[in-house]
Amino acid sequence: METAIDVTLLALLGLTGIALLRVYNLVTAAMLLAIYSLLCASLFTTLDAVDVAFTEAAVGAGVSTVLLLGTLALVGREEKRPLKRQALPLIMVVVTGAALVYGIADIPPFGAPDNPAQQHVAPVYLQESEAATGIPNVVTSVLTSYRGYDTLGEVTVIFTAAVGVLLLLATGRGRGRGPDDG
Amino acid sequence: MFAVAAVGILVSMTLALARAFLGPTVYDRILAANTFGTKTVVLLAAIGFLTGRPDWIDLSLIYALINFIGTIAALKLFEFGTLAHTRGRDRE
Repeated sequence: METAIDVTLLALLGLTGIALLRVYNLVTAAMLLAIYSLLCASLFTTLDAVDVAFTEAAVGAGVSTVLLLGTLALVGREEKRPLKRQALPLIMVVVTGAALVYGIADIPPFGAPDNPAQQHVAPVYLQESEAATGIPNVVTSVLTSYRGYDTLGEVTVIFTAAVGVLLLLATGRGRGRGPDDG
Repeated sequence: MFAVAAVGILVSMTLALARAFLGPTVYDRILAANTFGTKTVVLLAAIGFLTGRPDWIDLSLIYALINFIGTIAALKLFEFGTLAHTRGRDRE
């Protein structure tokens, strides 16, 4: 049953990606991107990567949609149609995709207990993290305690990006508007 | 029972996606995206009970909060033409 759900979600994801390429109304594209993020989040959740899924939903479906729409308010809602179809980008994408699919063959099977990822440091975290940090969720203890400085750096990067985007979007029409201009 | 519910939700997700593809107006697509978010919430809850992890229902409840943001932003864009504009600011 879970396999059937995964296959259906992946098929919907592929369809959404193809539809995204074919729309020229940018508000529609923003809505389809929100749907794409929700599908990704569902897939991540079924893979048990709940924290990744939550980030994907919050950033992809929540913040990104608002930022995209805020940008569309400044640049217009229609994309220019290409004058002619070019073959080279399609060939490059197909070749890159084929190389990635070929690389999948070397990835160890999902969830297998003898995977390298499951044997290196994961047992230590699983057995000792709760006693060492006092946090019952292993992922949270790794993120906020073992890799605390790393997470602090990530938060700084995200904060800087948010400040930059807000500064970009705040200039122009919205700024310096007097009470009579509205 | 949860398997049947999951199949039903997946079918309705497909239908919402078809509406997002076909349009014809952009409002149909905004509504489709909102509906799709709601279906995601219910699907995650159903999968959670299907696979014996009922705590996923907390997750899906938070998705319901996230789902609202994009829809409100899109509708505000169409109502005011910009996301910076608010009625309250005009009255000051």
